[in-house]
Amino acid sequence: MWAFIHKLGSPKWFYGISARLEPWFWVAAALLIVTGTVWGLAFAPADYQQGNSFRIIYVHVPAAFLAQSIFVSMAVAGLVFMVWKIKVADMAATVMAPLGASMTFVSLFSGAVWGVPTWGTWWMWDARLTSMLILLFLYLGVIALRGAFTSRDSASRAASVLAVVGVINIPIIKYSVDWWYTLHQPASFTITSRPAMPTEMWMPLLIMVLGFYSFFIALTLMRTRNEILRRESNKRWVRDRVQEA
Amino acid sequence: MSLRLQAQQLACERDDRWLFQGLDVDIHSGEVVRIEGPNGSGKTTLLKIFSGQLSDYHGELYWNGQPMREVREHFLTNLLYLGHSPGVKTGLTALENLSWYQALDGQRGSESERLDALANVGLAGFEDVPAGQLSAGQHRRIALARLTLTPRALWVLDEPFTAIDRDGVAALEAQLVAHANSGGCVIVTTHHELASSPALRRIVLG
Amino acid sequence: MQQEITAVAPRLKEPGEGLTLALTATLKRDLVLMLRRRGEVLNPLVFFALVITLFPIGISPDPDLLALIAPGLLWVAALLAALLSLDSLFRSDFDDGSLEQLLLAPQPLAALSLAKVAVHWLLTGLPLALMAPVLGIMLALPSGSYLVLAVSLALGSATLSLIGAIGAALTVGLARGGVLLSLLVLPLYIPVLIFGAGAVQAAIAGDSVSAHLAILGALLAAALMLAPWAIAASLRISING
Repeated sequence: MWAFIHKLGSPKWFYGISARLEPWFWVAAALLIVTGTVWGLAFAPADYQQGNSFRIIYVHVPAAFLAQSIFVSMAVAGLVFMVWKIKVADMAATVMAPLGASMTFVSLFSGAVWGVPTWGTWWMWDARLTSMLILLFLYLGVIALRGAFTSRDSASRAASVLAVVGVINIPIIKYSVDWWYTLHQPASFTITSRPAMPTEMWMPLLIMVLGFYSFFIALTLMRTRNEILRRESNKRWVRDRVQEA
Repeated sequence: MSLRLQAQQLACERDDRWLFQGLDVDIHSGEVVRIEGPNGSGKTTLLKIFSGQLSDYHGELYWNGQPMREVREHFLTNLLYLGHSPGVKTGLTALENLSWYQALDGQRGSESERLDALANVGLAGFEDVPAGQLSAGQHRRIALARLTLTPRALWVLDEPFTAIDRDGVAALEAQLVAHANSGGCVIVTTHHELASSPALRRIVLG
Repeated sequence: MQQEITAVAPRLKEPGEGLTLALTATLKRDLVLMLRRRGEVLNPLVFFALVITLFPIGISPDPDLLALIAPGLLWVAALLAALLSLDSLFRSDFDDGSLEQLLLAPQPLAALSLAKVAVHWLLTGLPLALMAPVLGIMLALPSGSYLVLAVSLALGSATLSLIGAIGAALTVGLARGGVLLSLLVLPLYIPVLIFGAGAVQAAIAGDSVSAHLAILGALLAAALMLAPWAIAASLRISING
């Protein structure tokens, strides 16, 4: 176990292993997303209440899932970096932040677009959308803090602390926003929580979620590899590799 | 009693640049160790490591033969560190500043003790003046009063001669040597040339 | 310097107790420092009053409308006022080098920073809570909710000080950390705002407020347990940046 962690901590080793894993995730992401999209848009039945506009769920929900998962992974990577001083973990956390922020934005934007046919307005202070908006601010805070330091070591540590503090707060924020929403909008129509979706509706959704996750993993591996090359550019093995290529 | 601070294969990397590498140091009681090197060679960083502030280094640090990480509290109890900035609150008087530092070390101390310490650094008559009205050199002297007020075995001093007049410099230099001779230990960075003495040792960086 | 050259032979000491002494001395020191600069204590209070004055001017002087939005306005304005003085929490200690000394004290840094946060709350959160009912009158806040307003603000602002101190500690090493600090801590303030303003609204509606206050208390307890460690870790990062 320890040997494995230490191996994983070596940028060179990680660069090699991720190069082998990355293509598989790209393939999985492409297959799943294409299948999910075709199935979801063309074959899944229309919603009895919302008609075809519900199909935006196939983007909205996976993006929202990912937005939250990325924040958790970013905090875990930050913690690993602080406790074991594993630099690769920090590199991964660095590249995850903008990715997570854009996923949050995608889920907010798709939620707004969905709002037009459903609520007749681009924005409602719906519990889920409000939590997402706050999550976006948390992401922007982490990105801004990392950018504010001149020393990268300090930036990494500060961003890690903030990510961990944020991840502890996310459930509290989510819970309190839900509570606030039920208090002010009793039993109104929420876009995604619905009684028992039929299989032919949720199967494509599940496939899309898996596809988005594969896409996230592939993209994170790729960007972490770039980050390794950038940060380790004065190391010998990187120069050798660049010479080869 | 004797103290010993050892570093084995000490190296420090800041933002992918090695400040120093493979540093082996063995510091004992009775020594005044002057850390030398050009600007940017990592003198202050090394002092921060030797004063237990920076834990982000490679290599091993031992305090009296035991790994630093395990005996950090014992180490801090015997350390007096004076950094670049004197750590004097301008809103407090010299006496109030000193009494906070004593309390921080867990001592109540007495007023007469503090008055003596201030008189020793040439601040008699300024005890109750808010530090904001004193000069930079006088701030430095308030900080230096802690050398006598809180007896500690290991002194780690970053540019302690800054802003001090010539008489003060001579007295402080004598105080450093006296501390070493009485069994203490001093680690110091300074641009001021220290007079050679049997206690003086140099560590050159860069 | 008329230094006696016969220095006392220093002995190696064992780490002792003295935490209570260090804590009370730090509390006292920060209180004295703040009270000597009364302007800095008063500024957030004036800011609070000023912001509350802006709302009737910007929205409408209609008492019915104001009464409806008063709980939220008072809470948001108090929250922003508490945020205002946060940047200076560790700033002067950082600038004059005493933060370095605080880090090197043979006492747990988490406990010492808690003393500093306590002073911030005593001189910002608590006065804001005491002042809020007066501004409540100006916003036609319905009677019966004044005590709840003050209590919820007193409880909530303690949590705000603790969370805010993490942000202040993270940004103290940056030359211009003020705006960034708000960006970092405001999202984390939202649960406190929801339950704080919720308590006042419940009191106006005639509902029981004990659940709200209990949750505010629980948030404070959690912040008291966790925030000091985060503050200490952040201070160590900032001091070595």
